Amino acid sequence: MQDVRLIESGFDPALELERFTAGLPAAGGIVSFLGQVREGGGVEALELKHYGPLTLPGMQALGGTIHARWPLDGLLLLHRVGVMAPRDPIVLVAAAARHRRDAFAAADFAMDHLKSESWFWKREKTAQGWRWIEPRAQDRDDLARW
Amino acid sequence: MGARLVFLGRLEDVAGADARDVAPGPLADVLARLEPTLAVELLGERVRMALNGRLIAETGGVVLGDGDELAFLPPVSGG
Repeated sequence: MQDVRLIESGFDPALELERFTAGLPAAGGIVSFLGQVREGGGVEALELKHYGPLTLPGMQALGGTIHARWPLDGLLLLHRVGVMAPRDPIVLVAAAARHRRDAFAAADFAMDHLKSESWFWKREKTAQGWRWIEPRAQDRDDLARW
Repeated sequence: MGARLVFLGRLEDVAGADARDVAPGPLADVLARLEPTLAVELLGERVRMALNGRLIAETGGVVLGDGDELAFLPPVSGG
């Protein structure tokens, strides 16, 4: 089971996780990661832009890669696009497997690849206006782990 | 109808819009008709291109026809 979505407006991570889990009675372990807009630094808003022909197909392909690499019962990849406020959820990843190590590894792999390889462009708004966020070297290093 | 250029990330700011309709033709000619500052940014080493939704490795022989969409993709900034 693979559920990969781009979400244009707010979502409820707890509800999404509850629905995901409800459909997977055979999974012994479910690992989830929730990313939210960090509060502080004068950031008033964050905007994520995507490119329709590439972004969601790329996430679906990532899901396929993960399924091929770890024996999973289910995989959830949800990503916001659009304008968000501090503390809004941005990304929710969950991996369900019979045994926890596969679930941990799959969720970790999913996040490293979403952060460094997926087609998202991010800008943040402060009192000085909007500013595009450049790629971080750390994200590329994280990818090299795999 | 013409062809369409799509600008992602900070390239949108350089272009002043997220897309622009242009006359069809070889890519070199299309770029030559843009503002030089924009053309330079679009040809940046780290900018990738997707023609009609597919990444292209070589831009040498690209000719834009009616209805084609060419997207310029700067490095992604992470989700």
